[in-house]
Amino acid sequence: MTNKIDTDMVKHVANLVRLGISEEEAQTFSGQFSSIIDYFNMLNEVDTENVPPASDTTNNTNVLREDVAEPSMSRVEFLDNAPQSERGYIKVPTVLGDES
Amino acid sequence: MQLHTLTLREASEMLATKQISSVELTQATLQRAHEIDPKIQSYVTLADDVALEQAKQADERIAKGKDLTPLTGIPFAMKDAISTRGVRTTCSSKILENYVPQYNATVTQKLADAGAVLIGKTNMDEFGMGSSCENSALFKTRNPWNLERVPGGSSGGAAASMAAGLCNFSIGEDTGGSVRMPAGFCNVTGIKPTYGRVSRYGLISLVSSFDCIGPMTRDVYDCATVLETIAGHDPQDSTTFNSPVPQYNQNLNKTVKGMTIGIPKEYFVSGMDAGVENAIQQAIRTYEKLGMKIQEVSLPHTQYALPVYYLLLFAEASSNLARFDGTRFGLSASENAKDVIDIYLQTRHEGFGDEVKRRIMLGAYALSAGYYDAYYLKAQKVRTLLRRDFELALSSVDILLAPTSPTTAFKLGEKTNNPLEMYLSDIYVVATNPAGVPALALPAGFSNNMPVGMQLIGKHLDEQTLFQVGHAYQQVTDWHKQNPVIGD
Repeated sequence: MTNKIDTDMVKHVANLVRLGISEEEAQTFSGQFSSIIDYFNMLNEVDTENVPPASDTTNNTNVLREDVAEPSMSRVEFLDNAPQSERGYIKVPTVLGDES
Repeated sequence: MQLHTLTLREASEMLATKQISSVELTQATLQRAHEIDPKIQSYVTLADDVALEQAKQADERIAKGKDLTPLTGIPFAMKDAISTRGVRTTCSSKILENYVPQYNATVTQKLADAGAVLIGKTNMDEFGMGSSCENSALFKTRNPWNLERVPGGSSGGAAASMAAGLCNFSIGEDTGGSVRMPAGFCNVTGIKPTYGRVSRYGLISLVSSFDCIGPMTRDVYDCATVLETIAGHDPQDSTTFNSPVPQYNQNLNKTVKGMTIGIPKEYFVSGMDAGVENAIQQAIRTYEKLGMKIQEVSLPHTQYALPVYYLLLFAEASSNLARFDGTRFGLSASENAKDVIDIYLQTRHEGFGDEVKRRIMLGAYALSAGYYDAYYLKAQKVRTLLRRDFELALSSVDILLAPTSPTTAFKLGEKTNNPLEMYLSDIYVVATNPAGVPALALPAGFSNNMPVGMQLIGKHLDEQTLFQVGHAYQQVTDWHKQNPVIGD
């Protein structure tokens, strides 16, 4: 497997995690990523044939409880931390609409 | 009298016998913090008003003599990753710099119910991503033992506030050593409990399958006391165990004679400082004198712990940190934003530090089509092997003993330009988290006047044995009683 993570790949993953990135940053990260990913390739030495992937750490599964309705945070209180709100809603730019 | 070096147990006794009030103790702690902390910078926020109000209430409780707990009236510090209603919670990130939670984490609520007094919130690597506290986006914390050196990370402020005597106990969080490594660097006792022993509700998540909240204290007795208070099932966190919380202090004085300590041979290879190795060997001899048997054991996949840990961390963190989108809470950079995507891009570009950016991008890479099997899935398989290593080793011994770090605290700036070298400083502490096992960090001596830490690692849910063995060591050593002289 090739490990070179070029600036195009860096920009691609930045977009996947919705992170704005400058050309200069993409270059810095590209160099750092290649050495880190190289290090991870060490895992290829391990024989994992017939080894199941971990899905938990302590065998503590299915801790269930009754589904009982309880009071939760009020809308007014919740909106305390919203950067912009209007009439009890969080305000964001138009998501749907014309393609202009 | 030196109030700032009191153990929790001593302070609690003084409060109960009315030698001092909680308000007096709290005022003295706050005053010392305002005087000393500008040199250390362990606190992001000092919550003077909240603290004094809680102290007043604790004094009323003490006067009535009702509902008293060992923590009633005791000043403590909280890592800034844990939500505190009405008190700013930053995670040491620009993106949460002005965030004030509207609710308490379960741990915060349990401590409030017990009557503990919140002094303030402590500095950390941004979102817990770091090993030196230098990745805080707010400022760097210094090691009280030497101000030129780091306190360790990510709970660096929590450890430093303890070591400097700026609280009576401290709450940290350990995703891959973040309690134990700074505890070792700062001469503090601290535990990473079994995964699921303490509720994560209200903890700002880094790696949901690794994260463990744990206390940092002056000794094992105090550590057991605080863990007992914060542990237990929480309907808000379905990964918490239903099983009852033991009285951790009950068996502390039981003899350790005849018990067996396992020494993982893979932890004693090249790369460890001679001073650290000497201190650890001395600790092993101390246990021998206490009548414990020493047995070499093997954790054969140790060298893969670091890549497994970091790969899974990157992957889970990239998903967990998706919630910081600039629309519901936290920083919002929406200048000239055409659409909601622009808000995401700008907010996260401005709000996250470089290490956070690195990790969430690498996480997306490890999870993306074409790389998922090679990285994420492979890491989860090797994680199974890591867990089996611990299960097998711990089937023939009672506990494992290892250092918390290969070196003592390094200098500020020494590793900041090389992310991979910084990751390597976590080599002894990361394996426990993918395996879910508990580990207790203890002061184990000094090398060139800097503290050396060791850790005891146990079976799932067997914190009690860790406390028993740790307590036995602290009965015959006094490393944990050493306090730094804070320089200029």
